[in-house]
Amino acid sequence: MSLTRQDVEKVSLLARLRLTPAELDRMTEQMGQIVAYVESLAELNTDNVEPMAHALDVANVFADDVGRPSLERADALANSPHHDREFYLVPAVLGE
Amino acid sequence: MSLIRHTATELLGQLNAGKVTSVELTKAYLAQIEQHDPQVKAFLLVDPQRALDRAAEIDGRRARGEKLGRLSGLPVAIKDLLCTQGETTTCASKMLEHFKPPYDATVIARLKAADAVLIGKTNMDEFAMGGSTENSAFQKTANPWDLTRIPGGSSGGAAACIAAGMAPLSIGTDTGGSIRQPAGLCGVTGLKPTYGRVSRYGLVAFASSLDQIGPLARTAEDAALLLEVLAGHDPLDSTSVDMPAPKYSETVGQPLAGLKIGLVREHFGQGLDAEVERAVREAVKVYESLGAKVRDVSLPHGKYGVATYYIIAPCEASSNLARYDGVHYGHRTDEKKLVATLDAERAKLTAAGQTAAVAALDNPLVRLYRESRAEGFGPEVKRRIMLGTYALSAGYYDAYYLKALKVRRLIRQDYDAAFQDVDVIAGPVTTTTAFKLGEKVDDPLSMYLVDLYTVSANLAGIGGIALPCGFGADGLPIGLQLQAPPFEEDRLLRAAHMFQQATDWHQKFPAMVK
Repeated sequence: MSLTRQDVEKVSLLARLRLTPAELDRMTEQMGQIVAYVESLAELNTDNVEPMAHALDVANVFADDVGRPSLERADALANSPHHDREFYLVPAVLGE
Repeated sequence: MSLIRHTATELLGQLNAGKVTSVELTKAYLAQIEQHDPQVKAFLLVDPQRALDRAAEIDGRRARGEKLGRLSGLPVAIKDLLCTQGETTTCASKMLEHFKPPYDATVIARLKAADAVLIGKTNMDEFAMGGSTENSAFQKTANPWDLTRIPGGSSGGAAACIAAGMAPLSIGTDTGGSIRQPAGLCGVTGLKPTYGRVSRYGLVAFASSLDQIGPLARTAEDAALLLEVLAGHDPLDSTSVDMPAPKYSETVGQPLAGLKIGLVREHFGQGLDAEVERAVREAVKVYESLGAKVRDVSLPHGKYGVATYYIIAPCEASSNLARYDGVHYGHRTDEKKLVATLDAERAKLTAAGQTAAVAALDNPLVRLYRESRAEGFGPEVKRRIMLGTYALSAGYYDAYYLKALKVRRLIRQDYDAAFQDVDVIAGPVTTTTAFKLGEKVDDPLSMYLVDLYTVSANLAGIGGIALPCGFGADGLPIGLQLQAPPFEEDRLLRAAHMFQQATDWHQKFPAMVK
């Protein structure tokens, strides 16, 4: 299937990226080439193959249910580009 | 012989015997960095005073007769994607240009506990995505053997600093070949451990089911020393396996009797440069002269490795990198400008009567995410996020991601079958020696194909090592790759050491290492 500029624009919103018109053109072309390449997998019959999400045969690794100190609020906020003493700050989301 | 030409193991002996101090050693490497790093650009950050203070502190404890950690004051360079508390960790991205982690990665904590001197942070492809280190947002690293060539990537700075005599040991990460490929192209030794061998806690995540941290050094013996410090269970990483880590440095010197080596039939086909093939076949002959038995093996799904990898890795990357939102940490766009731009867009569309477009306009928070990410990420990172988001989006999941996970199983099964017959698999690391800076930057797909011989080990989760085995006519190093079944790092290191006892490729230096 060929990838259109509209597809790429839609993906850019899902990916929370904003691409310039020139970037969209280029991305459409490059993603098209890469997607065409990875589609070579379609030639393999994988009907009875179990998907492998992970290389390790470990599952359900549990930690003991004991409290331990977590990051101090000041440390957690320290790298934030915009915050007050308690919160991360963002532009208004609801209404005007 | 100048200090910087010694191996880490030799230097450790000298430190422990009191023949050299950590300060003297650190000074020697800092001098080499000062003289040659303006050309090589392997480091993003070097803080000489801090390194010297640390070395002096370790020397002080040595002088007082205190027992020191395993590395006793040896300098170690760190790829700039491991969290170091209070010290900038950039991932070679504008997104994290000013990020100061509030904690240490487990690997950093282990190095500190082992009394390493952290000498600097090395350059890399942004978020470890790339094969040439040209995707760094800050600088391009050169290959110390030829400054017009790439050092490989993504751990390009990590490999270049070893080749250039700027550090005796360094830490890299390997998601699709990012330790082995630059090691091969820079003529040093680099080990990608089995997935789960080394804790990933505090490693800035790229593709979590593939990422693994490992050592780069001049020799297998040195890599064994460093892996011994890095490896082991960590409750903070649930994918770190709960099994004891062997004392690699104690066994690395033992040759492997009756070693069975497999040569992958498919690795010697079309696309492999003739002089790389010749060097690899010569290396295999060296093993035969040491008593190894060689036979052909087949990894029939290996040719699908790159396609499988370039679905799985971008999918995982798109999820992992969703955390960069311009809110919690990292780059954030100018908020006032953003609100003004949005208002202007809305006014313009409203005046034109385009009500549907007005309704579709990003809300300010979504625009903040999109703009911050657009400004903070470079082109390759954007490409991977886009690819992954596309492959995981509604309607495509089965055709791409699920399909790739199934092929991943087939790739692993190929290895399991091959390792029924042989102890290690030998082959090239790359198809050619290091290419020219700029040669592939406009062609992402050709850059991806550089990973041909290395990605399968990550997909299968097994270990691999790259070591120097010759030079091309252009004077550039050629690498040999060995791969082994899961958790057989000891076998890889011993096999590599056997080769290095019989050859001197690892003792060659570029002209800048005097």
